[in-house]
Amino acid sequence: MIRSHEEMYAILKKEALTPVTKLMEIAAPHVSRKAKAGQFVIVRIDEFGERIPLTIADYNREQGTITIIFQELGKSTMHLGRLDPGDTVASFAGPLGHPTEIENFGTVVCIGGGVGIAPIYPIARALKEAGNRVISIVGARTKNLLFWEEKMRAVSDELIVCTDDGSYGRKTLVTEPIKELLENTGNNVAKIWAIGPAIMMKFVTVATKPYNVPTIVSLNTIMIDGTGMCGGCRVLLDEGAQFVCVDGPEFNGHKVDWDNLLSRLSFYTDEEKEAVEHYHKCRIDGTRAKGKE
Amino acid sequence: MMAELKPAERMKIKRHEMPNQDAHVRRSNFDEVALGYSSETAKEEAGRCLQCKDPKCVLGCPVGVMIPQFIKALREGDMEKAIEWMKVKNNLPAICGRVCPQESQCEGNCILGKKGESVAIGRLERFVGDYELRHRTCPLVKSQKTGKRVAVVGSGPAGLTCAVDLGREGHDVTIFESLHGPGGVLIYGIPEFRLPKSVVSGEVNYAVECLGIDIKTDHVIGRSFTLDELLNEFDAVFIGTGAGLPSFMRIPGINLNGVMSANEFLTRVNLMKAYQFPAYDTPVKLGKKVAVIGAGNVAMDAARCSIRLQALEAKKNGGDRREVHIVYRRSKDEVPARLEEFHHAEEEGVIFCFLTSPVEILGDDKRNVRALRCVKMELGEPDASGRRRPVEIRGSEFEMEVDTVIMALGTSPNPVVFVDAAGLERTIHGTALADQETGRTTKRRVWAGGDVVTGAATVISAMGAGKRAAADINTFLKDEAAWE
Repeated sequence: MIRSHEEMYAILKKEALTPVTKLMEIAAPHVSRKAKAGQFVIVRIDEFGERIPLTIADYNREQGTITIIFQELGKSTMHLGRLDPGDTVASFAGPLGHPTEIENFGTVVCIGGGVGIAPIYPIARALKEAGNRVISIVGARTKNLLFWEEKMRAVSDELIVCTDDGSYGRKTLVTEPIKELLENTGNNVAKIWAIGPAIMMKFVTVATKPYNVPTIVSLNTIMIDGTGMCGGCRVLLDEGAQFVCVDGPEFNGHKVDWDNLLSRLSFYTDEEKEAVEHYHKCRIDGTRAKGKE
Repeated sequence: MMAELKPAERMKIKRHEMPNQDAHVRRSNFDEVALGYSSETAKEEAGRCLQCKDPKCVLGCPVGVMIPQFIKALREGDMEKAIEWMKVKNNLPAICGRVCPQESQCEGNCILGKKGESVAIGRLERFVGDYELRHRTCPLVKSQKTGKRVAVVGSGPAGLTCAVDLGREGHDVTIFESLHGPGGVLIYGIPEFRLPKSVVSGEVNYAVECLGIDIKTDHVIGRSFTLDELLNEFDAVFIGTGAGLPSFMRIPGINLNGVMSANEFLTRVNLMKAYQFPAYDTPVKLGKKVAVIGAGNVAMDAARCSIRLQALEAKKNGGDRREVHIVYRRSKDEVPARLEEFHHAEEEGVIFCFLTSPVEILGDDKRNVRALRCVKMELGEPDASGRRRPVEIRGSEFEMEVDTVIMALGTSPNPVVFVDAAGLERTIHGTALADQETGRTTKRRVWAGGDVVTGAATVISAMGAGKRAAADINTFLKDEAAWE
């Protein structure tokens, strides 16, 4: 049941959800036994790897697995995306952070943007199981970046699909349908969850603020350890600074200082670029190609 | 072997300097600063010990290392004996010899120090520890198995010491560590140039192999398993989770880009090896003018890492002058860091701004740090800690131009371990309530020790607490009735 530190964590399944989004199922019974919707894990590929925080997309307690979904954006996620079933990762810690507060609120709206569809799914499912009327909105830049439409439909009473470029579903940003839902007071929306890129979450909270409906966001700030030690993930709320890893990752989006958050997210952009360049160079050289050394 | 010297002759031998990497060389590398005694130097230094009948040095040691005995064996050239004496009380001498504040402990009590210079006990301890890491002459031995199981939460100095002592008594020990490698603050906090990671892994692996201790990394107790769940599987639990939660000053501007806790900075540099970025994935962004706030050991570590990162950056990209400041509200006399760290920091070019207290961090239009607004202080009447209280000088405000601010202002225990631990009481400071002598908490079968009980302190005091708790746990496991 408990793993020893010489052991690694096996990748059992891999699926490409979109050209840049991968799903992986990883054997980690010590994480799955307690995992709940809204929590996250820390993944470290190998000895050289950074500690990558990823929200839990699903879990299977019987099989002792955790499902993670990630977009290949930087060096670490590109590298992770090249691993296959049979490969392992060096570290897998969690479940971290507080789970989503699930109860029967009445009517709720779950918004997932881009790769944010992955973490919103278990939340929508849990809310549905708790008896809520669940309206879901999923959106992406374009059609081939959408995934899990059917899974979302299965746990929602109503599903709205949109793309920025209109290549599939409604041609709109997710902020429009949420405004419409709130405008129609007959909907009586009690609570909203929004997960996606920081800029999307910011504008969802801007859209919902006038209606005063509690809007929960899941923040993915820069973290090192993910256990409360570094404070790098701190976010400014109305009441002061809090740590995303131990106080979150979910917060009342109306209280978040979004401009501060967006600015802190971009602080390491140059280094992220450098890491990607270095990674491509190493792949060409043939060193550390798959992180198996 | 040297002929037996008379005390007067011993007292004539001068204390041997520690050979160090030259300050100008070492400020651009992360290699160890102190190079260690040669065996000749170690024997000569050991020759200075007067072998007091009533040794005061031992009283100054939190774990009571048998100092005169190991020094005698060392000067007689019997390394195996020296190690045997060492290991009666200290299982991790290569670590203690490097990081203990000897000047206020063993060496502070040394009789030679009253008139001249004390015996360099710490350096001799390190010499013995290093010899043993290379030669492994005196493996730790596990007593006959008791069949009792102990869970140790945290693999820092307190947890490791407790685990090793309980392992030697024949108990089955499992350590749970939340990070990806064992060592706690020894690997995330203390820099490579002060305590090489190979020394930590050497000591840990040696002990773990000898005693069959199981280490579960990536296990966050309070999340993966709760304390109450551990109590279902284990006969006793020791909590040594340290004080890992950083404190930030309550001043405006702490969320600007370029402000970090010393924990973030040191974790990036030490645990994640950011000084080797991009070979290692984790970067660290450091400006040209760094202000480290605080003057404890952590502040010195952060400042000295900054000096090195800046020097490496200058080598790579050239460019302007770079500076690292330590900003401290008291004076030089109150600096809480180990004396040696303070000297090393000075030698490496850290600029000290004493009697200076930050009141605000100022940002530019991109929300990056541009300056630190400070006030000058003067020392007033002594406060509760016995140190003279710094008082603000009116109208002394000034701006210090910096682009990085590192806060080294102390840490408090991480509360996550206390999730689902009914009956385990804590103080208002968030530390676990535990008996100082036995480590017993308010919850039956649970002990605690180290920084999680005392708040941020030293490696050796945590080891002492781990050791005392191990003794009490051992009594409990062997004869519960007698323990009561």
